[in-house]
Parts: sequence; C-alpha cells; structure tokens
Amino acid sequence: MIEYAAHIIMVLLAISLLISFIRLLRGPSLPDRVISLDLISSISMGIIITYVFISKKIVYLDVVLIVALIIFLGTVTIAKYLKETSIKDD
Amino acid sequence: MIKEWIAIVLLALGALFILLASVGLIRLPDIYTRMHATTKAPTLGIMLMLTGLCIYFPSFPTVIKSLLILIFIFLTIPVASHMIGRSAHMMNTKKWKSTSRDDLEKSRKKPQ
Repeated sequence: MIEYAAHIIMVLLAISLLISFIRLLRGPSLPDRVISLDLISSISMGIIITYVFISKKIVYLDVVLIVALIIFLGTVTIAKYLKETSIKDD
Repeated sequence: MIKEWIAIVLLALGALFILLASVGLIRLPDIYTRMHATTKAPTLGIMLMLTGLCIYFPSFPTVIKSLLILIFIFLTIPVASHMIGRSAHMMNTKKWKSTSRDDLEKSRKKPQ
C-alpha cells in the first residue's frame, strides 16, 4: 500500500525539481542560482527519504546526512567568495 | 494499518510543502523574498517526512539518525541562507521596485 503512495509522492517531487531547474536556468543574478541549488538539495533529501519507504532499507538515511553537510559547506564557500570579490573592486 | 495511513499522510504533507517552496521560488519577484520561500518551507517538509519515517519504522537506529538529520538541518539551513543574503546585499543586487525601506543603504558600496 505504501509503495504506491511513495511512487505518487515521487512524481510530486519530480515536478518540484523541474520548477526549481527553470529558476536555475533563467535567474537574473548569481545568488538566485545559488538558492535554487540549495532548494534542489532539499528536494533530493526528500527523494531519498521517500525511497527508504520503497526499498525498506534504513541505510540510505546516512546519504541524507552527508548530502546536507556537503551542500552547507558549498553554500558557505560560495557566499564567502562573493563577499570577497564584491569588496575588492573599489 | 493505521500506522501506515499516518505515515502516508505525513509524507504527502511534506512533499506538498516542498512543492509550495518551489512555486514560491518561481513566483516571487526578488531574491530577498525568494529566500523566505526556500529556507523555511523545505525545513518543515523534511521534518514531516522524517516524522512519518520514524512512525513507520519504529526502531532505535532510525530514530537516532532522524534526530541527527533534523538537528543538523535546523542548524545549517538558516546560516547558509543568511550568508547568501548578506553577499547579495554587498553585491548591489537589484531590489524589487516596491521595496519601502532599506536600513543598510548607507553602509553598502556606491555603484560606479
């Protein structure tokens, strides 16, 4: 029963991925693209949590934790880089 | 049986909150308003999904891993969003045309 519901929820998350990808293609500025990548990482965590219900394996929760950590480090690094380059050109 | 239905309802609510965050990302006019949509709604969605998973698989490692993921997400997503907003304000990103006030207008760099 819950496998069919999980497949329907996968369809909803795929529609959400498509909408976020549209914003990543036509964002006017560079921070728009960065926050759309952040939302894409959150959608990926949702997809992996939904896949746990289909495959009945708890091991994939470790993947969710590692994805959250790596995306946080990437976002903070991009933010520091943008700040340094915006201060430097006087 | 009732456990399964509770898990399905929580999972569907989490997916709907994530879909609402995505719609807010494409509909709002400005980066400072888009960050509101992409920061708070996926946090609530992932929290509801992990609650459904803890109800459907009630074992000790599941609950411990879910609590760890939840604490980590609550600590890191607001910090990342705040740093991106500060960088966007220092880069002189274009604001929405109906923005009423900006208290940090004097402290930003003058555009050439």
